Amino acid sequence: MILQEKLSPQRFWQLTSLGAICFVGLWTAAALAGLTSPQFLPTPWAVLDRFVTLWSEPFAGAVLHEHVLASMRRFFLGFGFAVLVGLPLGLLMAWFQPIDRLITPLFETIRFVAPIAWIPFAALWFGTGIGGPVLIIFMGAFPPVLINTYRGAKFVDKRYLEAASTLGASHWRNISQVLLPAALPSIVSGLRISAGLGWQSLVGAELIVASSGVGYLMVRGQASISTATVMSGMIAIGMIGLILDILIRRLQQVVEARRGL
Amino acid sequence: MATIEFRNVTRIFRQSEQNIVALQDVNLQVQDQEFVAIVGPSGCGKTTCLRMAAGLEKPSSGQVLVDGQEVRGPGTDRAVVFQQFALFPWKTVWENIEFGLISLKVPVNERNKRIEQYISLMGLEGYEGAYPHQLSGGMQQRVAIARAYVLDPKVLLMDEPFGALDAQTRVVMQEELVRLARSHPRTVLFITHAVDEAVYLADRVVVMSRRPGKIREIIDIKQIRDKESWNSLAQIEDVMDQSSFVHLRTHIWKLLREEQGAEAH
Repeated sequence: MILQEKLSPQRFWQLTSLGAICFVGLWTAAALAGLTSPQFLPTPWAVLDRFVTLWSEPFAGAVLHEHVLASMRRFFLGFGFAVLVGLPLGLLMAWFQPIDRLITPLFETIRFVAPIAWIPFAALWFGTGIGGPVLIIFMGAFPPVLINTYRGAKFVDKRYLEAASTLGASHWRNISQVLLPAALPSIVSGLRISAGLGWQSLVGAELIVASSGVGYLMVRGQASISTATVMSGMIAIGMIGLILDILIRRLQQVVEARRGL
Repeated sequence: MATIEFRNVTRIFRQSEQNIVALQDVNLQVQDQEFVAIVGPSGCGKTTCLRMAAGLEKPSSGQVLVDGQEVRGPGTDRAVVFQQFALFPWKTVWENIEFGLISLKVPVNERNKRIEQYISLMGLEGYEGAYPHQLSGGMQQRVAIARAYVLDPKVLLMDEPFGALDAQTRVVMQEELVRLARSHPRTVLFITHAVDEAVYLADRVVVMSRRPGKIREIIDIKQIRDKESWNSLAQIEDVMDQSSFVHLRTHIWKLLREEQGAEAH
């Protein structure tokens, strides 16, 4: 089916809207059917109303965009650290075999521990300071950056390395000018996965070890049995995640276009 | 003085629990500023010879010497032109040519001067900022040759450099290379499977036997080229029309045919 002719843009949007309409329709029907109390399943318009109100009316100590900004700050710190550590480490592991041997077994074990599992330590070490969420985001975002950098660099076409060595390249130039650019398409797709996982872990972190942010807003919403607030948080998370993904996809297109892929 | 010498070189590969002798007791001396082409059936180890001179592989026994020194690894004194060009796709034409000069720590002014010189010599003006994927195969190979020549290496090692080009482009590049070899003489080891090309370009042609690769015969072309004054002919087609050329080509073809035949039995 993948090889089938591409859908026309018109058909494409028709189907996209159809999906959205069905979803909202089912939701509305379920909410109005009175299966549960409206507090447990609010109607779409109640959520929308709440979402708009949250922008002007503080909840859990701040208005929605302040919560969003607090979350994004943590996200970019955790994600930034993940890239800062994962990218150079991935390149070094691909280039120097002893470093590979040193890190890989450890890494391959730790990466199966879900980011959320670090919450006890995040709480003990950092309390509700910024360190806790950053640690958890880091734990979510770090493995994809490392794995994709490492694989991209490890499977670089040997011709380029041979050419570089006959051209007298040092270790540093081999890493920075051959491995890094050769691995770049793989690195960028790693960043995409990494940002997604980091952003997902953030909410988990804020549910427990924070006193601001979208996750915090949601857990407070739950405490005051305001499911509309919880859903507003979900909408904010989804929208920001989508924007992040679109931005990185753009970056991916730029990288591939430059390479002629 | 830049010579290449193979002394009793044997190369054995280990492949699925079997020892495969790729090269056996190869002895060859390439003189200073001599152009030597190696031809042979596929799998005869001709590329292995070149890779050992480049320092990309090591002989199992024997020695490869460049300029009297045993080769211990790759280095800028031996520039390599690869069959698939191996240009860095993430670097522009200019940056590709510049790569080795940076390794040699050539100062920027001098670097720019040398790059410009080879860009104009190889007819690459106007393409300095282009990426390899934007160029035709012939143009890419010009960049690869410029990248090698610009280092002013003692020896040039060319591994079927025109093998990936179409027939017309190939002829143009062969003429270019002859022009370059005359204006900038170097010691060259050239690997090819095209007999015409070998006879047209080389001072001597080494014919190898099929696996295990040994030297079957070495044919002196230079002597005949000078005697028949091929150099006075501008175009490759005219050289290839000479009965002396045809005679040499046929001789080498027959040698290769025998080697291929040996394989069939």
